[in-house]
Amino acid sequence: MVKMTIDGTEVEIEAGRTVLQACEQIGIEIPRFCYHERLSVAGNCRMCLVSMERAPKPIASCGMPVGEGMVIHTNTPEVRQMRKNVMEFLLINHPLDCPICDQGGECDLQDQAVGYGLDRSRYIENKRAVKDKYMGPLISTIMTRCIHCTRCIRFASEIAGVPDLGATGRGEHMEVGTYVGKALTSELSGNLIDLCPVGALTSAPYAFNARPWELKKTESIDVTDALGCNIRIDARGPEIKRVLPRLNEDVNEEWISDKARFSCDGLKRQRLDTPYVRRDGKLAPATWPQAFDAIKDRLTGLKGQEIAAIAGDLADCESMTALKGLMDTLGSPNIDCRQDGAFLDATVRASYLFNTSIAGIDHADAIVIIGSNPRREAAVLNARIRKRFVRGGLDIAVIGEAADLTYDYVHLGNDASALKELAAGKGAFSKILKAARRPMLILGGGTLVGQDGAAILALARSVAEKFKMIDAGQNWNGFNVLHSAASRVGGLDLGLVPGQNGADVAGILAGAASGTIKAVYLLGADEIDMSALGNAFVVYQGHHGDAGAHRADVILPGTAYTEKNATYVNTEGRVQRTQLAVFPPGDAREDWAILRALSETLGCTLPYNSLRDIRRHMVGINTIFLALDEAAPAAWEPFGEAGEVSAEPFVSAIGNFYMTDPISRASETMARCADEFIGSAIGKTGTDG
Amino acid sequence: MLDDKDRIFTNLFGLEDPGVKGAKKRGDWDGTKKILELGRDKIIESVKGSGLRGRGGAGFSTGMKWSFMPKEVGERPHYLVINADEGEPGTCKDREIMRHDPHKLIEGALIAAYAMGAHAAYCYIRGEFFREAEALERAVDEARAAGLIGDDSCGTGYKFEFYVHRGMGAYICGEESALIESLEGKKGQPRMKPPFPANVGLYGCPTTVNNVESIAVVPAILRRGAEWFAGIGRPNNVGTKLFNISGHVNQPCTVEEEMGIPLKELIERHAGGVIGGWDNLYAVIPGGASVPVLTKSICDDVLMDFDALREAQSGLGTAAVMVMDKSTDIVRAITRLSAFYKHESCGQCTPCREGTGWMWRMMERIVAGNAEISEIDTLEEVTRQVEGHTICALGDAAAWPIQGLIRHFRADMEKKITEAQSDNRQPDNNQSGRTRAA
Repeated sequence: MVKMTIDGTEVEIEAGRTVLQACEQIGIEIPRFCYHERLSVAGNCRMCLVSMERAPKPIASCGMPVGEGMVIHTNTPEVRQMRKNVMEFLLINHPLDCPICDQGGECDLQDQAVGYGLDRSRYIENKRAVKDKYMGPLISTIMTRCIHCTRCIRFASEIAGVPDLGATGRGEHMEVGTYVGKALTSELSGNLIDLCPVGALTSAPYAFNARPWELKKTESIDVTDALGCNIRIDARGPEIKRVLPRLNEDVNEEWISDKARFSCDGLKRQRLDTPYVRRDGKLAPATWPQAFDAIKDRLTGLKGQEIAAIAGDLADCESMTALKGLMDTLGSPNIDCRQDGAFLDATVRASYLFNTSIAGIDHADAIVIIGSNPRREAAVLNARIRKRFVRGGLDIAVIGEAADLTYDYVHLGNDASALKELAAGKGAFSKILKAARRPMLILGGGTLVGQDGAAILALARSVAEKFKMIDAGQNWNGFNVLHSAASRVGGLDLGLVPGQNGADVAGILAGAASGTIKAVYLLGADEIDMSALGNAFVVYQGHHGDAGAHRADVILPGTAYTEKNATYVNTEGRVQRTQLAVFPPGDAREDWAILRALSETLGCTLPYNSLRDIRRHMVGINTIFLALDEAAPAAWEPFGEAGEVSAEPFVSAIGNFYMTDPISRASETMARCADEFIGSAIGKTGTDG
Repeated sequence: MLDDKDRIFTNLFGLEDPGVKGAKKRGDWDGTKKILELGRDKIIESVKGSGLRGRGGAGFSTGMKWSFMPKEVGERPHYLVINADEGEPGTCKDREIMRHDPHKLIEGALIAAYAMGAHAAYCYIRGEFFREAEALERAVDEARAAGLIGDDSCGTGYKFEFYVHRGMGAYICGEESALIESLEGKKGQPRMKPPFPANVGLYGCPTTVNNVESIAVVPAILRRGAEWFAGIGRPNNVGTKLFNISGHVNQPCTVEEEMGIPLKELIERHAGGVIGGWDNLYAVIPGGASVPVLTKSICDDVLMDFDALREAQSGLGTAAVMVMDKSTDIVRAITRLSAFYKHESCGQCTPCREGTGWMWRMMERIVAGNAEISEIDTLEEVTRQVEGHTICALGDAAAWPIQGLIRHFRADMEKKITEAQSDNRQPDNNQSGRTRAA
């Protein structure tokens, strides 16, 4: 600890901290532009200058390490004058176009100009103008506003791990750009918009849409991947204008992926806003009672074994609880939440969780990534791995696709044979794993979807056990499954897996094709092969007119994650809740309530009448729903079935990062991204160009 | 007046062979092994004791700088970096060393590197110094072939390599931390200090950056003794120094003289005097473009060393003396320097990036008379806003010439403005002569 004096107050602070951090500790705010606590210190804006006794010159508090006996002044007339001077310099070449700038109202420069700006300019020369740069379909640039704080450059190279951004030219002619004018190839590029302290980098889809003070802000959870990133939803009236990250050190720090941020325009398109019933082969709008009656007509007389239900990737826990309740009362064991068909064992919680926890990655010293591309499946988690990697002392190996993950790794092989070798203790990396104190493995959800899913899971477990990845003494569990669907862990926690003699997804599809299953209830399930459903009667409950709705015989319009108070469990088993930000369109209703109402029509009324009731019911099913915002450790028990593994190479669960769910598939912005970044990889149709 | 026997750079004018044979004839590489055998501590003590102050401009004690390096070489190797990015306008001393006496530099580098536990020296040479880089590389090859450097330097068993790295023409890369960045292959921008290079320098390793001249005089100090060097010049300002005299003199030249020689004597004896005689002198910039300008009355008796020039509110800098006679438009001259600093600012930190351009534009308007007299005060304020508030000293360097101009030649500036205003003023137009710049 170091003792120092700031503005007459004695402060004790850890050695290695900076003067700026010491000031913050006692509540003194130092103005700054370039300093950001998650980025390296640049010290170039000079706004944070303070005076230090016995120093010949003022010091940049952001970069000056604290020292014993330092005496710092932050509030003398000289210091205030220095800040005014820097502010004057920043403004002489700034366009001062706040009225037409999207940053207006949430601009660091604007805010600090109130404190340190002059009301008139002494600068009568011409202002500098800078040509705008192209940074892709997400970021709109007005580079004349740039104050050269280099936060964006540092974010791109340090956090996102793409050295695409840089400064060219020097002096007044220094310009920030991508050197070659191509889009920033990062799944995290949207965070640049938040980092930019001025209006140089702003959100392109949100351009000229709203002012921050007009927006209603709702704290919620993202569902575009399984991380459950904490977000803030900004809405005006019935429309979601934008999605911003919220701070949660344990989950997303302060980053979110581009899909989480920009797919929200998909919430306006392709929406189901009224029930539909198929009559004479055509879907026709209907009222709720008509739709319910149509379902009742078709379900009456069916045995439980002839009915099945599949929960999709965006389903919330409340609606899945109600779905399970409905199927139970109908006597059907045919229910599954694993619409990709992955072998996940709902009986052992540790077998399907990201046990290490996302924050736990910070402590790992060796990682094996198996059949996963975390950059696509969980971009924010990938940044966390990179953050740990950059700190040094982390060895990473990959089995599966050798993609650019923004950090160095050893590629052990493409298929399960490499995993087998590792389990046998062969190869150089097994020595590293043996020596590691906190090793972990990340098993991609994509590895478990094949016939050999159970064998892969068992193999992964044997690797985890062989290399002592589970160390109860250290409170360390290095076995991790990385999901890509927001609903998956919650579904497994609620037991949405086939009951006795029940069919799983593959079984349901086969049964529907052969006619043994006569009715299928799809709760937002769009990722299954609809053509395999044969002649079965299909009810689709969901919010988008995606694959499921096209096949459905009855459509029940549900709500998207922004329109309901709902519970989701992320890949680490953390229970989090979304909040209603806007009301659902038209006649759409909350999902659990639809199921509750349907149950009444079917004459098997579910025993809950309010959100409180159903949540109490969820706790009855699984006590993990008691503890919100916590990732409780799960007990380590045997799971998986040893067996033959195929020689097929592992494939990541996600091919196209920008289009993974009905919302992002309906999003224009995501379509533009897919075009820009994956373009040639996805097939173009004949009407293109 | 320096005695010939005390001269260190005896081939400064390139009259003799710059090769290893000629160098040995002049005494270089003589008993280098014995010098190294003195041991690290003794070498550093001698350099400290000699009172040698860095010749790159700031004048920090060279021996002291060396002693900041970690005593033991730990996991990270130590590096010596030689700053040969001689870009200060008016300065042309290091290039003479590299052209005509490169072995002094290489021998000095070996001794300095040995004293600091470095096995590699990187000489960052200004890109425009094409012939100089050739000469230096030739000398390095000779020294390596002769076993003076390499795996067994001078038969001591000490491994030492000397690498020449050519810059790409940025003035800021002469700032030590920007030079390190540039060596690492990055954009040449100064780093924040602390940490200092002696702790975290090239590739994150302990590094000392020295000027060419500082390194090149080290062998002579160790051979002749620290007392000899300390006995030349005035206390705290000792030794010999290369002076570059340019501008309105009869014979511009680079010459080795003792520290503290009177400016007038330097100009009259070595540069053939001011054109038109001493009384035709108008102003002198005594230490390269970044130090404030001096008036004739100060020049009459000022001594050329660190402390005397600081007392005169200027600086010795690189000892590049730029002489201006009465034909000079001093405001125009300083404006040209402002343009230089605006052009060479790296653009990293705010005051320098924005301030250099602002100062230059105001200067341009003042030269054209398109300004108000009160703007001279604004200009002065802007220089104070830049000075001392930047990461590196380029901000100071851009501010000082203008401050010197305003201090001594404000009348010239005002004259330009008033003359232009009276020229522009129409009988029926009583407005100010100032118009907005186009």
